Amino acid sequence: MSVKAIKERMSGNEAVSYAIRQVAPEVMPAFPITPSTEIPQMVSTYIANGELDTEFIPVESEHSAMSAAIGAEAAGARTMTATSSAGLALMWEELLLAASNRLPIVLTLVNRTLSGPININCDHSDGMGARDTGWIQIYAENNQEAYDNYIQAFPIAEDPRVHLPVMICQDGFITSHAVENIELMEDEPVKDFVGTYTPEEFMLNPGRPVSVGPYSVSNYAMEAKKLQEEAMERSKAVILEVAKKFGEMSGREYGLFEEYRTEDADYIMVIMGSAAGTAKTAVDELRDQGWKVGVLKLRVFRPFPEKEIAEALKNCKAAAIMDRCESYNGNGGPLSSEIPAGLYRSKVMIETVSYVYGLAGRDFRVEDAAGIFRDLRDLVENGKEVEQFKYIGLRV
Amino acid sequence: MKNTVEIRWHGRGGQGAKTAALLLADVAFKTGQNVQGFPEYGPERMGAPITAFNRISKEKIRVHSNIYEPDYVVVVDETLLHSVNVTDGLKEEGAIIINTPRSKEEVLPQLNGYKGRVVTIDARAISEQTLGKNFPNTPMLAATVAVTKVLERDQFINDMRASFEHKFAKKPEVIDGNMKALEMAYEAVS
Repeated sequence: MSVKAIKERMSGNEAVSYAIRQVAPEVMPAFPITPSTEIPQMVSTYIANGELDTEFIPVESEHSAMSAAIGAEAAGARTMTATSSAGLALMWEELLLAASNRLPIVLTLVNRTLSGPININCDHSDGMGARDTGWIQIYAENNQEAYDNYIQAFPIAEDPRVHLPVMICQDGFITSHAVENIELMEDEPVKDFVGTYTPEEFMLNPGRPVSVGPYSVSNYAMEAKKLQEEAMERSKAVILEVAKKFGEMSGREYGLFEEYRTEDADYIMVIMGSAAGTAKTAVDELRDQGWKVGVLKLRVFRPFPEKEIAEALKNCKAAAIMDRCESYNGNGGPLSSEIPAGLYRSKVMIETVSYVYGLAGRDFRVEDAAGIFRDLRDLVENGKEVEQFKYIGLRV
Repeated sequence: MKNTVEIRWHGRGGQGAKTAALLLADVAFKTGQNVQGFPEYGPERMGAPITAFNRISKEKIRVHSNIYEPDYVVVVDETLLHSVNVTDGLKEEGAIIINTPRSKEEVLPQLNGYKGRVVTIDARAISEQTLGKNFPNTPMLAATVAVTKVLERDQFINDMRASFEHKFAKKPEVIDGNMKALEMAYEAVS
């Protein structure tokens, strides 16, 4: 039975901060950076008001924020941090340490482009830049999903089958600063859902001391990396278990991705984050005109649900792969590499077209999404030559 | 988006256009509607042109883009009429609400041939009279509610009183002035 819903309106940053107050992690080191600054700010206010007893550590850089997070988590404390853009880039070395030392830290990322040109607005180049660091990455379409994903992050990260850090991502400004309706839960069910953190091994355990992060010789290091890879693979099932349990509590269902009106769709757009909502609006409008179109909104980017995506796309005629990020490889961003590779391995031979959109906050409109579906139809039904890799929304 | 009222705000950094858009989202939410209130962020600085947006709907709002074909446009600072094409995409069955001491006829030549309803309101005069300072966003919010009818007058006034009492708990002397500003502006355009 689902718990009582508290109907509210708030921004994405407010929603995550509200969830932080409910989960009440023991330690939060953070350094402010737009557009995630409001999160440490609101958390500090909760602490100052006596509503939260988290140990907030103001540090002098994001490198130190992640270093402190690693220390706290290794010591045995439930730990989180928040950042954006260059802040995540400065953490890079430490992100790999957090994952390889199997520390279930939760990081809430408010996605913002990386310089240059210097710009504060949204794209996914920060999160995608960290795609090979060994963190689980979950993306949100709106404030509701940012809230829900944050609460689910802890039971995923801390599960003994996983023991990996989790990054909860939402689009800078587009959701972080937009006030929208949301359904919150009361504190108790959230606290019960997340539970008490009881790590099996931790440094401040006098009865069973362990050391974290020692040198590993070549005879052993590769096995450690393989075990890490296996944990990432196992996390897929845990993410689904946690989502199921969360659904029973909240009434809101989550999977590795969401399939929106794809059952009989000839053309499917694969997209992540806030733009998925805009794409769904385009789908509704085109469906009204008789088009068979749908959206596959990727929620979990790491672990990458390669086979599941191939299975979901196998009956469509063409898919648009949407990257809010550049890989500078001549073919688009990370999704444009990983999804077609997965289709090939699963022997799903549909047409795909790669698009880069929304860099540095460039708006993605309903008309943009509709134009992409038109491209796909031209390609398949009218035999028109469509570029395999296109930029959307450039100034003309 | 069907059954959705879309509003675009034009102001200058520091005048409270963003705050007004968030307040409008707030009061519309309290009537049980689905809302969005969001600013477009650029190089923020005092005095620079800024844009903020509202969507208000009986249905779930999924779209996350700016608003290009608004039902209503609110201009908090009339000097923007020289530099910003405020009527761009504005629907003719909608309206534009402008903070100005001038008449509709006087501002019309600056509206690029807009054929819809034009509402002028001297928010500065109302603010200076009721609050002793130029805070145009409170009267502009009331004028916007009166013109768009996204919620009933009495509900709006009551909600705003509750919200001011909360916001200005430590400065109760400004509550009456703000309420007066709202009521005067509402009447002025009704």
